[in-house]
Formats: sequence, structure tokens, C-alpha cells
Amino acid sequence: MPLNWKTGGLLLGLVFFAAVLLVKPIGVSTQFVIFDAMIGDVANPDLITQTDEGYASTNAYLAKSGAKYAKNAANPLNYSFVFVLAMMAGAAGSALLRGGIGREERRLPAIWKANFGDTPWKRYAVAFAGGFIVLYGARLAGGCTSGHMMSGMMQTSLSGYIFAAGAFLAAIPVSMMMYSKEG
Amino acid sequence: MSTIIFAIVIGAAFGAVLDRIGATNPNWIGKMLSLKHLHLMKTILLAIGTGSVLMFAGQMAGLVDVGHMDVKTVYTGVFIGGLMLGAGWAAAGYCPGTGVAAAATGRRDALFFVAGGLLGAAAYMVTYPAWEAWGLLEGAKLTLGTVPDAGYDGLIGLRGDVLGILLGLGFIAVAFVLPERPLGRTARVAAE
Repeated sequence: MPLNWKTGGLLLGLVFFAAVLLVKPIGVSTQFVIFDAMIGDVANPDLITQTDEGYASTNAYLAKSGAKYAKNAANPLNYSFVFVLAMMAGAAGSALLRGGIGREERRLPAIWKANFGDTPWKRYAVAFAGGFIVLYGARLAGGCTSGHMMSGMMQTSLSGYIFAAGAFLAAIPVSMMMYSKEG
Repeated sequence: MSTIIFAIVIGAAFGAVLDRIGATNPNWIGKMLSLKHLHLMKTILLAIGTGSVLMFAGQMAGLVDVGHMDVKTVYTGVFIGGLMLGAGWAAAGYCPGTGVAAAATGRRDALFFVAGGLLGAAAYMVTYPAWEAWGLLEGAKLTLGTVPDAGYDGLIGLRGDVLGILLGLGFIAVAFVLPERPLGRTARVAAE
């Protein structure tokens, strides 16, 4: 069972606050682009180049806003990328401390089994396709659940509210159609 | 260097809390988005409210640097992208942050989610010029009220920090009044 919502919500709120007090609001989805750019630059070293003024890229998205994404991909030891690596370590450590996630759950979540039976490869295909549209959408929107919804609404940003409206408008019917059983 | 230490400490805390509140667990995401169990929704609303009240009160007290705010531009693509993210979030049970965190805890489907996500982000990198050409990425950085010294325009004339505290308290209030089981007993019986 997860933490009581009052304790969990307070802790998560304190993490949001610590982030904006010490550095800047939390965001994650940009780092998918940064990681892609790192891989892309290994495969094709012309993708990101260093110039006298900074960085440049043959990809228009990496080159936008003064090539800030190209710069971050060329310098992985930056705040936002290390943040995501630390988030992975934090989640893994926390899961281990509470005894780990069961082998069966790691293979196939209970809610999937309850609705679609023991079909792990179908689940993996849906997770892959879901990942594709989630990240395509997040990059189109300029942020994800953390950057837009949580950090955005916390800062009274209009874009955060518009994003949250779109996300729940799609998420609730899709979830109700797909997952009628709780698992 | 200090920012890297902050990245490690805040990032690790964020990942650990996401794990403890059930946000990295697709079972809890599914129950929230199909409105069967809003435990996680209450958690997130309380977190947004808490963060908002502390940040804006801290600004008014001069303890929090207004320059640390980072408000994103609002444009048509924000809504379209939100719809896409919502559909995928519901189907997969992961969003970008929780997917990466869940993959780190050993969930195999989350690894597929992250792989699909890397491909989706790459697809956006390639198709970005089209969205830009359609003019769907143009907009402004707006906050609801006008936050003093933040440099963003306000949608309405109210003071943004005061409004931020009020809205934060509103989020906290909604977290308290929202029922855990909005679909009530029928959903529970159907699940058993």
C-alpha cells in the first residue's frame, strides 16, 4: 500500500518546494530529447557541433533557443539530466527498502492481468506505443505531468492548466474504456 | 558543482516519493484515471497546493527567489500535446517521470514505455519544423495573476502571489473533500 495521501502529498509538496527554492521547478520529459541527442551524436557526430559562440545542431529542434538542448546533450553533467538519473536511483532505492516489487508484478501489472489476462507481450506493446505518444505529446506541449501539470499549476502558469485539461480530457475516457476492472 | 549536488539530492527525493505514493505503479494510475480510487489524485492535489503556498509565501517573505520560477509558454500545441499525453498515460499507466522511475524499480513494461518514449521524442525532433510552420507553437508566458518581479504577464489584474496562495489553499481543500471512491460501491463490487 502506498503512503497515506496526507503524508505522501505533504512530502511531494516539500520536494516541489525544495526544487523551486534551491534551483528551479521539476521537469523530466526534456531529458528524453537530451538522451536521444546523445545517442544521435554518437551515431552521427555532425548532429551537434561546437562553435565559437557555443553549440549548433543540424536538427532544428536541438538548435532552437540558442541550441540549449544541443549544449545540454554535449554536457550530460548538467542539473536536469543528473536530476533524472538521481530520480531513478531514488525510486529504485525506495522500492528495494520496502521489499522490492514482486516478480509477478514486475512481469505484468495486476490491473493488466485483471482486464486482459496473462498477455505480457500485448502489455509491452501497449506500453511501448503509450510511451511513444506520451513523449511525442509532451514534447509538442513543451512539458509533461511534472513540468506542466505539477510545477506549472503550482506556479499558477496558464499553460499548466491548459495542459492538465487536455491530459485528463483524454486520459479519463481511455482509462475507463481499457481498465474497467481494478486488478 | 553545488547545482549537481542539488540535482542528486532533490532528484533522489523526488524518485523515492514517487515510488512511495504509488505514482510509479500502473495499478494506482489506472485506478485514478478510471475514477475508481482517487487516493493518488488527493496526494497530487495536496502536493501542488503545498508547493504553491510555500513558494508564494516564501516569495512574499523574501526567502524564495522569484527568478527561480520557470513558466512555460501557452500555445495551441500545449492542448494537443496534453490530449496525446493523456491518452498514452492512461493506456500505459506511466508518464515520462514515473515511467523512468518505474523502469528503475524493475518493472519490465516500463522499460518498453521508456523505449517507446525515446522513439516518440525522436519523432518529435524530426517533425518539429512542421508544427512550427503551422504556427501552433506560438504563444506567451502567462501566469493567472501578475507575480511581482517575475517578468510574466498576468491573465487577470490580481496580485499573482496572493492569488497563488489562495489557489494553493484551494488545491489543498479539494484534496480533502474529493471522495476516495467517487464511483462508489458499484465499482468496488464490479472489481471483486
